Amino acid sequence: MSHNPESTLKWYIAVFLFLMVMTGLTVAVAKVDLGAMNDVVMLVIAVAKALAVILIFMHVKDSTRVTALTVVGGFVWLGILIFFTLNDYLSRGDLLLNVPGK
Amino acid sequence: MASTAFDTHLAAPHGEHHHPSLQHQFDSLEQQKESSTLGMWMFLVTEIMFFGALFTAYVIYRNLFHGVFATASHHLDVTMGAINTAVLIGSSLTMALSIRAAQLNRRKAIVLFLLLTIALGGTFLVIKGFEYAHKFRDHLVPGPHFAPEDPAIQAVADKAQVFFSLYFIMTGIHALHMIIGIGLLLWLAIAAWRGKFDSTYYTPLECTGLYWHFVDIVWIFLFPLLYLIGAHAR
Repeated sequence: MSHNPESTLKWYIAVFLFLMVMTGLTVAVAKVDLGAMNDVVMLVIAVAKALAVILIFMHVKDSTRVTALTVVGGFVWLGILIFFTLNDYLSRGDLLLNVPGK
Repeated sequence: MASTAFDTHLAAPHGEHHHPSLQHQFDSLEQQKESSTLGMWMFLVTEIMFFGALFTAYVIYRNLFHGVFATASHHLDVTMGAINTAVLIGSSLTMALSIRAAQLNRRKAIVLFLLLTIALGGTFLVIKGFEYAHKFRDHLVPGPHFAPEDPAIQAVADKAQVFFSLYFIMTGIHALHMIIGIGLLLWLAIAAWRGKFDSTYYTPLECTGLYWHFVDIVWIFLFPLLYLIGAHAR
């Protein structure tokens, strides 16, 4: 891809259009009441947009394996941060009831 | 004898004609670019963790104050947020195109796309500035002057301030990253105009591009989490 300027241009335009359409879609879906699914849908769309940017705009699709591994490692670590912090918070029912202002 | 061999070894690459942008510790421009890209990603991983701490704080308080966050979110302007999302996506496209212009040895196109990226980044910051001004006017800034007119917010003022604190910290640090990015892009535009970049060497463009796209990704998550969580109940 990176060695063929014509195909790079097509990819860039395609990702740009995808991101624009997904932005419109996420705004449209947010206005419909889907209950708890609203949050899920908006996050799925955001992850899809982020993946498109990372793979095409940031060239990870054509990067070396060690670079790709670094990228994946970064997000895995973020997952650990969020997962284990929530694991702690959400398993302390009594504590949450005493949060100031709750 | 040993020192002579050493000198010869050192002198050899200097005697040959090599690319002016190739640093001595690298064998080739390709190896240099891969090293720089990996190093830039290492930095971006620290940025993921930096913003990650804020996102984690958001996730915790969103779970604790679920309804309040949705109510407070009504006071953010979805239209302005959506326009800014589109503006940033456009700036990511022009950033990617400036690198492509370098690959095609089009010096003026590199500069043009960098200037477009700067203009779009500036547009984002101006719109963000108007949004901030509205928040100050409506007394939605957390602190002693937090006094929103909306009774729905007044009733849960303490928890709503947590939402607006996260809003200002996350969008503020995001905006700071954009200001730094615009500074880097200006420097690149000058260097590109002077003919520093072509298809053989454009590593600074590539690394700044990675940074710029990363900042775009942060916004891709901030927009729905801050602006859209209460949209269906408006």
